Amino acid sequence: MANALVVDDSRAVRMILSKNLREVGFDVREAGNGREALEVVAAEKASLRLVLTDWNMPEMNGLELLKCLRKDPALASLIIIMVTTETEMEHITEALDAGANEYVMKPFDKEILFQKLDLTGVRA
Amino acid sequence: METLAEIFTDNYRFLQQHVYSHSGIVLDHDKHYLFESRLMPIVRQLGLGSINDLCSLLLKTKETALGRQVVEAMTTNETYFFRDPAQYEAIRTVLLPELRQSKGDQKKLRFWSAASSSGQEAYSLAMLLLEEGFGDWNIQIYGTDFSSQVLESARTGKYRQIDMNRGLPSPLLARHFRRSGLDWQVSDRVRQMVTFETLDLRKSLRTLGPFDLVFCRNVMIYFDTQTKKNLIQELHGTLFRHGWLLLGGAETAFGAEQWFDKQTVQGATLYVAH
Ligand SMILES: C[S@@+](CC[C@H](N)C(=O)[O-])C[C@H]1O[C@@H](n2cnc3c(N)ncnc32)[C@H](O)[C@@H]1O
Repeated sequence: MANALVVDDSRAVRMILSKNLREVGFDVREAGNGREALEVVAAEKASLRLVLTDWNMPEMNGLELLKCLRKDPALASLIIIMVTTETEMEHITEALDAGANEYVMKPFDKEILFQKLDLTGVRA
Repeated sequence: METLAEIFTDNYRFLQQHVYSHSGIVLDHDKHYLFESRLMPIVRQLGLGSINDLCSLLLKTKETALGRQVVEAMTTNETYFFRDPAQYEAIRTVLLPELRQSKGDQKKLRFWSAASSSGQEAYSLAMLLLEEGFGDWNIQIYGTDFSSQVLESARTGKYRQIDMNRGLPSPLLARHFRRSGLDWQVSDRVRQMVTFETLDLRKSLRTLGPFDLVFCRNVMIYFDTQTKKNLIQELHGTLFRHGWLLLGGAETAFGAEQWFDKQTVQGATLYVAH
């Protein structure tokens, strides 16, 4: 089973995203901020295929996490999707330039999430 | 006692007939909920008591603006960017390389999004063409629909955030859109490639075309068999030889074998004009 990691400081959002991902067959881990996410990544590196991350979080935000992950050549094929309330064009381009594969603007629904997964090919 | 939304049998038949004669859309006997959810806003807007009152008004006044409003309320306008991605992938990997070869000298291509609704289909194609390096070609994309209301919105190229999330790859959003208040607007570059006009698909289409590709997706599904058959033949007449017709995912083309070769490219069904 493919592993996914959901990073968000809201427990409610983590629950929804995790539930959606499980529905399409992912084995899901959760983290409440970027720093916690890095710990999970270190432990699960080999099997991790997908990261969904919020932008604004305490300790380490999603953009910093994204930049960190993109520095690691071992994670080159990892799919990273930003899921955030930040919806200004500067944010979107900044995230894409930093290596995000896709960008989901909150609010979103399950269908939107699955379409985004399809766009990155991570579900196949 | 009559509930606000209850529709008398005669009126139900009248509404079915009204929508059919003005759009070709067939609404079955079990669509009460649809009439209710779509028509009650008009009933309230006019300060009427019920859908039956609305029917009386329509019958009495033969008011065409109101008649249109009712038909447009009953049509489904749902659409999104890059709907049915396998078809766009087939265009990208098969049709465009072919056209680049066969039309490389004149560098002119014409496309049609029949039943374009709010324009996502036409703009998706325009973006795809720019991404694939057709920026210096003479490209004309027509978007048509019988609802002037959706076309008005299509022409502005403005979309709500929820529409932007659906189907549109984020890198394309970043390259081809800009913020416009709370909404997003497609770039002038993309907008220039597309022209929107009203058109009823049940009319003769003989003056249209010839096109290299026609999208006719998720509209035939509402028509009866005869209307579908006529439309397929008319669409064939608007295509170049070897031009592509693309239908909606759940649609089949009645009697299309006569006019088209049905092919499957990487999971996408397409009809190539004889
Ligand atoms: C569900 S939308 C399809 C949009 C787009 N082609 C897609 O597949 O995403 C159907 C559209 O067909 C239009 N329509 C319905 N009857 C029509 C007719 N007789 N002639 C032209 N357009 C029609 C409606 O106004 C509506 O915008």
